[in-house]
Amino acid sequence: MRPVYAVGIGITKFGELWERSLRELITEAGLAAVADAGIAGEDIESMYVASQSAGRLLGQEQLGVLALDEAGLADTHIPATRVEAGDASGAAALRTAYLSVASGAHAISVAGGVEKMTDVLEDEVATAFTSNSDMEWEGFFGATLPALFAMMARAHGSEFGTTREQLSAVTAKNHGHGARNPGAAYRFPIAAAKVAQSPIVADPLRVLDCAAAVDGAAAVVLANDEVAARLDGPKVRIASTAQGSDTLALHERESLTRLESTTIAASAAFERAGISADEVQVAEVHDVFTIAEILALEALTLFKPGEAAGATEKGLTTYEGKVVVNPSGGLKARGHALGATGLAQACEIVEQLRNAAGDRQVDNAATGLTHAMAGTGGTSIVHVFRAEGGGR
Amino acid sequence: MQVPRYWREQNERYNLVGSSCANCGFTMFPRRTLCPKCRHHSVGKLEDCAFSGRGAVETWTVVHQAPDSHALEAPYVLAIVKLDEGPRVTTQIVDIDPSTIEVGMPVAACFRKLGESGGAGVIHYGYKFGPVRD
Repeated sequence: MRPVYAVGIGITKFGELWERSLRELITEAGLAAVADAGIAGEDIESMYVASQSAGRLLGQEQLGVLALDEAGLADTHIPATRVEAGDASGAAALRTAYLSVASGAHAISVAGGVEKMTDVLEDEVATAFTSNSDMEWEGFFGATLPALFAMMARAHGSEFGTTREQLSAVTAKNHGHGARNPGAAYRFPIAAAKVAQSPIVADPLRVLDCAAAVDGAAAVVLANDEVAARLDGPKVRIASTAQGSDTLALHERESLTRLESTTIAASAAFERAGISADEVQVAEVHDVFTIAEILALEALTLFKPGEAAGATEKGLTTYEGKVVVNPSGGLKARGHALGATGLAQACEIVEQLRNAAGDRQVDNAATGLTHAMAGTGGTSIVHVFRAEGGGR
Repeated sequence: MQVPRYWREQNERYNLVGSSCANCGFTMFPRRTLCPKCRHHSVGKLEDCAFSGRGAVETWTVVHQAPDSHALEAPYVLAIVKLDEGPRVTTQIVDIDPSTIEVGMPVAACFRKLGESGGAGVIHYGYKFGPVRD
C-alpha cells in the first residue's frame, strides 16, 4: 500500500449552531481543509462524507453528493459517497478515504463528516444516540445509550472498584482541556465535585458524565506520498488504520467491561504502524460517557484493565502525565456531533503533531492516535498518526 | 411502524422462544438464522427452544431520563439478565424496590405491556423480569 498523508484539515466551531445549516457546516469544513492543504477543488479524486443520522433527523440521504454539490464540484463528477458506521461514521469515512489513497485508486481524497442535531426535538436526538444499540432487543425494552453504559459502569465498578470520584475526574479533565479549545462547544471548566451533583440520567451516570449532542463538521484531505512531497507545509502521516467489530447488543458480549472491538483495532493499528502503545503521546478517544473513556483507555492497552480510572484521578491522562487524552476536550467538552466526531478527532491530532495546537499543545508530540466507537462498541476504529521531520 | 415488525417477534417476546443448534448444541436468544458458533453447518438445524424464564441479574441501572415512549414508566430498572440456559437479555426488572437489587439476584420472566405504537396503534406486550417468588 502507498503511504498516506493528512495534508489538510478543516473544522467548524462545535455547538448549538442555530443559525447554521448542515450544508453550510460541511462546506465550511471542506473549504478550510482544501485551503489548508494548498490544493484546488478539482484536484480531489474522491470524497467520503460521514453522517450518522441525516436520514433520520433531516430526511436527507446522499450526503456525499450533497457535500460535493455544495462545494461547487458537481461538474467534476468524481465519486462522492456517504459512509455510515453509527457514531463512528467520521472515522469510517477517514478510513475509507485512507484505503482509497493507499490502494492507489486515488491520489487525493477528502473525508468529511457533519451532523446537524439542533434542528430536531430532544427525544429525536436521544433516539439517534440509542439507535447505535440493538433497537429490537435493547431499545424496544427501554434501554437508552446512557443506560447501557451505566450498566457497563456498574459492572466495571464491581470488577475493579471504579469509584464515582474517578468517573468525575474524566469530566473535570476533559473540560479543563476543552476550556483551552476555541472550537469547543463547552469552553468552561467543571469541578469534579459538581458531576455527582448533576441530575441523574441512568444510575450511576449523571448529566455531567454524558457527552452532549451538538452541531458541527470536520474534514481531512488525504494524499499519497508523491502529492504530499509536492505540497508545502507540515507532513503528518496516517501511519495506520484499523477497524474492529463486535456484537450489536451489549448483552451478547463475552465481557461487559472490555471493549473487544477496540482491543482488536488497536493491536492491528499498532502493528501496522510499527509502534507500541507506550509510544503514544496524545490520544483522542471516544468519551461519549465518562466510563467510555475509562473502558477505551484500557481496551487501547494504554492502561491495564482496572487501572485507567485510578490513572485519570492521578493526572496521568493530562499534561505532564503518561499520555494526554482528549486535548480537544473530547466528546464531552468539544461536543459530540455524531458523524463529524471521528474527523474532529483527526483534526486535533494533526494539529498536535504539527505543533500548532496553541494553548493545548502537547510537548514534542510526534505520535498520536484517534479512537472512535459506535454505540457500546459494536464498531471501533483506530488511526495512528506520526509527524515526519519533527513537526512544523 | 407496520404491525408485522412486531408480530414477527411475538413468540420470542411472549414466550421467550429462541433457537438451539442441533449441530453444536449452542442455545441462543432471540432466534437466529445461523448459529454464530458453527455458522453454515447449522443451516436447517436450528430448532425453536423455549427458555425457562429463570435467570440472574448480571448488571443493572435505574433509568431516570427515559425516551418519550417510556416516559410514564420512569424511573425504571433496566438489567442484563443471564438466563439459566446461558443467553443474556436486556430487560426491565419490575415489582422491586431498586435499593434491594443485587448482582446475582435470581429473577423470573413475567408477561407485561411494553409499549404502544402511538395513541391509537397496536399495544406491544412481552417479557419483563421480576423477583422470584416461591
